[in-house]
Amino acid sequence: MTAPRGLPVLPGGADLAPDLRAGPPVDPARRAFMRTAAAGAALSALASCGVSMDDFLRKHFKELSKDELAKVLAKIEKRNKERFGVDTKVTAEGPRPGVEFGYGLDISRCIGCRRCVYACVKENNPSREAPQIHWIRVLEMDKDEGVDIAHAELYYEADAVPRPGKFYFPVQCQQCRNPPCVKVCPTQATWKEPDGIVVVDYDWCIGCRCCMSGCPYGARHFNWATPTLPAAELNPVQHYLGNRPRPKGVVEKCTFCIQRTRKGRYPACVEVCPVGARKFGNLLDPESEIRQVMDRKRVLIFKEELATHPQFYYFYAT
Amino acid sequence: MHRAPAPGFALAIAAGLLAAIAARAAPAAKPAAAQERKPEVLVQARPPPFSEGIFPCMQCHKDQHDRTRRELQFHDEQQSIFDHDAEHRWCLDCHDFENRDMLRLASGELVPFTESYRLCGQCHGDKYRDWRVGVHGKRVGLWNGAKTYLLCVSCHNPHSPAFKGVKEIVVDGRKTVAPTLERIRPEPRPKRPEEMRP
Repeated sequence: MTAPRGLPVLPGGADLAPDLRAGPPVDPARRAFMRTAAAGAALSALASCGVSMDDFLRKHFKELSKDELAKVLAKIEKRNKERFGVDTKVTAEGPRPGVEFGYGLDISRCIGCRRCVYACVKENNPSREAPQIHWIRVLEMDKDEGVDIAHAELYYEADAVPRPGKFYFPVQCQQCRNPPCVKVCPTQATWKEPDGIVVVDYDWCIGCRCCMSGCPYGARHFNWATPTLPAAELNPVQHYLGNRPRPKGVVEKCTFCIQRTRKGRYPACVEVCPVGARKFGNLLDPESEIRQVMDRKRVLIFKEELATHPQFYYFYAT
Repeated sequence: MHRAPAPGFALAIAAGLLAAIAARAAPAAKPAAAQERKPEVLVQARPPPFSEGIFPCMQCHKDQHDRTRRELQFHDEQQSIFDHDAEHRWCLDCHDFENRDMLRLASGELVPFTESYRLCGQCHGDKYRDWRVGVHGKRVGLWNGAKTYLLCVSCHNPHSPAFKGVKEIVVDGRKTVAPTLERIRPEPRPKRPEEMRP
């Protein structure tokens, strides 16, 4: 490194005498006192914003030991009980070896009925009103224009779907292999799991919303207020990295229903789709539905030019 | 192959083969390799969505006499909507004349209503192949394990097959879906950002 011009350079930078670098010597007792005082101040600051010392000193999710994780999960269950008065089961089931999830959506079949949107809401415990958070957004597009965001309508209303001359293009998290949202997160609160699911640790998210500006699919959503979620509608089967209730001020997103798919079930949107337009499976299994789709059909990657390499594929079955 | 053999059937064949091999005292037949293969996924379809009280058909069709093609004076609900290549097709192209509780393939083979996909697959081979591997139609169950198929007729009314909509029904206590003649009404639109502000 070259020194900035115009500034005097001291001879032998690193070899300065210790007393010149450290300033006047400090009494060890005074040091200990300062340390205690600082810790005390931090503790009272934490207490005033509702964060316990335990949480503050916790390790990152990936570094938690089995016992520590169990404690964290138990604490979340306890908080769920306090907040909703409902007994919940929160797990943190890990990825299965040899599994990489892939999702297929048949644009030639989707009729735009939005059943998937509300099945997702029911399953994943997002805020219902103000803010209303939907992880799936169904876009109505013109057949004449093709897949074009400039000719897309999110707020379409109809007595019956599909409407003539229109097709429907649901968008949710594409679970990119090269996820821009993960790159920009300053706290490592979001990352890609080995089975391909991009997850968020709501305890680690500081709500800076960098990931939202990084995502080209609009797939991330922010809790502007404490989520409004009636206790009667709470899904008690929860995953730490998925559908556990969120606090105010964190970002959330589609997790391929991590609490279901890691147990072998289909995501809620796949299960509800009345026309069977949604396909899900293991990309590493040649017999899986998603691989059959990729072998046989015309597959489209949304915003392919951005090189996000999604694990979510659109296709035309006809 | 017309239908996937049930696992029991496959196991029986495997057991038979092993027994035959053992009888010939052929060494090192690698039975382990056969067991390592993933068991074939069961193609088990939901019950067909009959209109209430319509099945079995032989309740009414006891004495058969007229097999000439004609406009029916009964079965108005089918006659009125019939739009399945109506110019060339009529009832007995798919329904068996002698046994009305069965369907009839072009080959003359009779198939039950629970395997109607074999009948549909005679003409719609491309869709049938897609359906067999899970690309066309819907499956429920486990993405990596046992799953259930819906039949073609769960979503397509065989007498008016263009897809319009579906509804949930219960047949013999089992949930399934049936085709409707009306298109589906969509769920409410999401709120616009300005509607969410306090």
